[in-house]
Amino acid sequence: MATLAQAIRLALHYGEEHLGVTDIFGEDVGAPLGGVFTCTQGLKTAWNSPLDERGIVATALGIAYAGGKPVAEIQFCDYIYNVIDLLKLCGNAHWSSAGEYHVPMVLMTPVGAGIHGSMYHSHSFESMATHIQGWKVVMPSNAKDAYGLMLSAIADPNPVLFLAPKGLMRAKGEEHIPGEPEDERQLHQMIDAPVGDRQDWQPRWPAVQDYRVPIGQARTCRKGSDVTVVGYGRLLHLCTQAADQLQEQGISAEVIDLRTLYPFDEQSVFASVRKTGRLLVVNEDTEVTNFGEHVIRRVLDECFYDLQAPPKLVAGLDVPGVGLAWGYEKNSIPQLADIVEAMRTVAQSQP
Amino acid sequence: MALSGSPELTRWTPPVLDEACKLAIHNLMVKSRACEEALIRMVRTGHGYFWIGSPGEEGFGVPLGMLVHKGHGPAFDYLHLHYRSAPTVLAMGSQPIDLLRQMRSTVTDPYSKGRNFVNHFAIKPWNIVPVTPTIETQYAVAPGTALVQRRHGGVGISIVTGGDAGSAEGDFYSAMNWSTRPDQELPVLMLIAHNGYGISTRAERVQNTRELNRRGDGFGIRNAMVDGNDPIATWNALVEAMDYVRHERKPYILQGNVSRLYGHSSSSGASLLDEPDCLSLYEARLLREGLATAAELKAVWDRWHDALNDALHQVIEEPMPDRQHVLQHVFWDGPAGN
Ligand SMILES: Cc1ncc(C[n+]2csc(CCOP(=O)(O)OP(=O)(O)O)c2C)c(N)n1
Repeated sequence: MATLAQAIRLALHYGEEHLGVTDIFGEDVGAPLGGVFTCTQGLKTAWNSPLDERGIVATALGIAYAGGKPVAEIQFCDYIYNVIDLLKLCGNAHWSSAGEYHVPMVLMTPVGAGIHGSMYHSHSFESMATHIQGWKVVMPSNAKDAYGLMLSAIADPNPVLFLAPKGLMRAKGEEHIPGEPEDERQLHQMIDAPVGDRQDWQPRWPAVQDYRVPIGQARTCRKGSDVTVVGYGRLLHLCTQAADQLQEQGISAEVIDLRTLYPFDEQSVFASVRKTGRLLVVNEDTEVTNFGEHVIRRVLDECFYDLQAPPKLVAGLDVPGVGLAWGYEKNSIPQLADIVEAMRTVAQSQP
Repeated sequence: MALSGSPELTRWTPPVLDEACKLAIHNLMVKSRACEEALIRMVRTGHGYFWIGSPGEEGFGVPLGMLVHKGHGPAFDYLHLHYRSAPTVLAMGSQPIDLLRQMRSTVTDPYSKGRNFVNHFAIKPWNIVPVTPTIETQYAVAPGTALVQRRHGGVGISIVTGGDAGSAEGDFYSAMNWSTRPDQELPVLMLIAHNGYGISTRAERVQNTRELNRRGDGFGIRNAMVDGNDPIATWNALVEAMDYVRHERKPYILQGNVSRLYGHSSSSGASLLDEPDCLSLYEARLLREGLATAAELKAVWDRWHDALNDALHQVIEEPMPDRQHVLQHVFWDGPAGN
């Protein structure tokens, strides 16, 4: 199976061939490296930009204005903070110009902890991102969804922020991307650049097919009846593991992978909460003004009388960074045991 | 808006600066000045909330508008303007009434539907991308449109303009850097309208040179400075700069030194200040050179004043945005592609 990084690459290739992508660019995005996570290796429209995040986002905006279809990358979301006003401009150009211009661009950036990334390779960005109006925000938890979300992001005529969980970049999918070779070694030989001299290397692209994960559509990955667990990205996997553990103990959790954070699939979440009466939201962003608080607020708006327990958020500790030593990360970023515990608490809470 | 453009070109020849052209420059400078003065009156009489605009920059902005290769798509010029660009946009053919609409924030305001301050244009048929309230960000965006133009070929360029204070932002540096990558030079014409101030801060207190165009030296960018109060000198400087950018497909920085005749904005009172006035200087020159009589010049003013009076009467009757407009244009659901 393709890894998440390979899936992004395959999607970008499909985007170049069939969806009009004109430019894939950012720091170290072009040859020879093809991205620090190899997401852009071998792509024909990939190029290396100056090390200038503001320039990257602004140039993407200009390309979009001039009829191009850019996919730009911020190397790590930890370095996106100096472009927030440009993200605002991308997101408000359509509204401020009363519909005169729109901004068909994709900005992708790796997010989250889980790779011993220390203070500046561990940030989460979804709470900030979903606060920048005019953007759609997606975040896959597996390779096939990464492929399908990227195609939808490229096809969308609005700015779409594609948040790629760093900790999952090398994780293999469980399902084939349509058109992906059966044998993952074959895929590796076809599209992964060799280590060392790559000057004459060319990828051989498999004939991947059109497959879209619609923006705004969540996926229920575990059916259950006692508690609704809303997660996404890297921690989604901890949510499903926790659900499997609790299943053995007689607690049945329904796990929803949001996949799109803006606009998030409210109806799927509400329907599940109406069934279970209980809600746990899980992510690794810091807990104050956290995106999960918004999910909980919407559930309170719409499902208050269906609730049988206070909804709960498990998120990162409200500290200035994720420290390098494991003792910092494991005590500030939610771990499996924290999620199991929170699920049990919400599932068993009684008035 | 049904606005026509020029044909796609492979070689650009500037219009001839003859007598008729010189009088056209005057007419457009008056159009712009009279329009801005009407906008200032509007804000004083409660027909708008805030004014920021261009009086004192007509000598620099009008020739630019007349020299733009106007049209839609990468064969034509892209304009990344700022809030003192009315002379350029009016010279390109836009109607003053639309600025009055934006000042009054009517729903008929074609640039923003009453959402943005006056002088924040967005005109797709002429490649005028949305003017942003953020200083200098337009400089970093211009290489993006220029990159598409580099690939497209032809003579279309990306023109970006802003003030002197804003050139201290990193986006100015980004524009220089991105348009001079080796073998990837971009056709960007960077303009600086130097009025000596950023709101209240005097340029000489915060910048080590008055010649901001020379910032380009470090990047090997050809650059020049011109008296922006002189539309003829500006015209010639722009022709030289455009000829280079259009045909060499490389960047160029042109600084025009201008006046700020009514101060920064309505927040500082918008009262007439004692600075050189490009328009009265130009009128004196036209009289001196015998190109027009005082009566003829006055007739130009009268015509625009009458037109603006009529426009104002019309605009104050037009509807304002309301609840049903708030959620419009958050996302676009038509086909992608500007
Ligand atoms: C990024 C940013 N910072 C601050 C402001 C507030 N502001 C508006 S105009 C202005 C001064 C701009 O001076 P200059 O670039 O010289 O242009 P001028 O107004 O003189 O034409 C400032 C600081 C802003 N709009 N955007």
